Amino acid sequence: MKDQHLVTLTVNGREHELVLESRRTLADTLRQELGLTGTHLGCEHGICGACTVLLDGEPVRACLVFGVQADGREIRTVEGLADGDELNDLQQAFSRHHGLQCGFCTPGFLMLAEAYLAGGGSADPGEVREVVSANLCRCTGYQGIVEAVTEVAARRREQAAKAHD
Amino acid sequence: MKPAPFEYHRAYTPKEVTELLLELGEDAKILAGGQSLVPMMNFRLARPTALVDINPVSGLDYIRRDGDVLRVGALTRHRSVELSTEPDVHNGFSVLPGAARWIGHFPIRSRGTVGGSIAHADPTAEWCLLARLYDAEIVVLGEHGTRTVPSDEWFTGFLTTAALPGELVLETRFRRPRRHGTLLEYARRRGDFAIAAVAVAFDITDNRCHDVSMVLGGVANEPLRVPEAEAYLEGAEPGERAWAEAARLAAEAVTPGTGPDDGDHGYRRHLVGTLARRALAEAQAGPAGPRPRGGAS
Repeated sequence: MKDQHLVTLTVNGREHELVLESRRTLADTLRQELGLTGTHLGCEHGICGACTVLLDGEPVRACLVFGVQADGREIRTVEGLADGDELNDLQQAFSRHHGLQCGFCTPGFLMLAEAYLAGGGSADPGEVREVVSANLCRCTGYQGIVEAVTEVAARRREQAAKAHD
Repeated sequence: MKPAPFEYHRAYTPKEVTELLLELGEDAKILAGGQSLVPMMNFRLARPTALVDINPVSGLDYIRRDGDVLRVGALTRHRSVELSTEPDVHNGFSVLPGAARWIGHFPIRSRGTVGGSIAHADPTAEWCLLARLYDAEIVVLGEHGTRTVPSDEWFTGFLTTAALPGELVLETRFRRPRRHGTLLEYARRRGDFAIAAVAVAFDITDNRCHDVSMVLGGVANEPLRVPEAEAYLEGAEPGERAWAEAARLAAEAVTPGTGPDDGDHGYRRHLVGTLARRALAEAQAGPAGPRPRGGAS
């Protein structure tokens, strides 16, 4: 018999009630139950980082968390970044700096970087490089990604400092 | 790459965990951060019939100093140790935050737990090396209450510990704080499992090394202490000469048949020699101290 559970997930601010089999990963839950296919699945064992999403603000590999574990928690996916047709600052920076080519890894990189930036991440390129080493990109060689994240880190810190004054 | 079916249970207290484990039988596993268990399940290398999720258990996420003992709760995430700026951690146990930086990557460290790593007992795992380096005690809860296991009895083989059926790791108690220490690793890609790792800790008084520990990772089925190098360094004058000789003794401890992959023990031996010398020199230079704020990664 299937081991099923009734769970409530809040994804990008919207609440969903779902019946999930316990072995359903969070990544498959998002993609297959909710149709949020922006979260991509690469390796399914925690190496590539393509499925990175935010769980209560923390970056996690959605292939290594079961959907049932996200019961009552807040999830943020790449679909939650843009405001309508308006890409957010990080997405625009990725575009401007050629931080993507085929785009498969991009949702994971964006969510990883969002988590870093939300934690007040520094604009030091070495530090950014260390952060993005968490995910695999086979097109860009990372340079554009590092430039995009570094630029947004500097800008968001500037804005935060201004807001503080 | 989907896990085999299993029953999912949530536990809210440590006692509930042990009761559920005993009730569900020996094919039930504890789910903590899941950063090792879930990949193994996705590969179907592990097929537990049931998982007991301990993430909802409260009161197991802490870092506390008790005199000379640093107590780390089982559900403490790697990241909490990495970002710790507490003087209680940095005075005497400064290796811990630095060592946490070597664990996987940012998302892995946000999720993975210290207790999970100790229970998983990977011979390259940073916390396992440090448990041996600091003569840690592992506190576990089982059917008949809590017991404390010294780390030299805890690791009993590859991915194997002295934990009994139904037991839950509650806490790791790092002991013997020392001023100097570091952990270094070598892997082909940043964040990968180390091919070899070396951790050292010691004090320097009157220009002599004291209370020296050295542990190697990745070269045996468990974290490997190097008593020869420790004995040699005890009372030795800190400096390149001593480090070179201690590194030679460390490399000698890497013998065929001790490693997880016998074929390249020569390579591992070479790495250990280099890493040990660098680790000792880096440790001598002093504790790194807390990382600047906003430097999060």
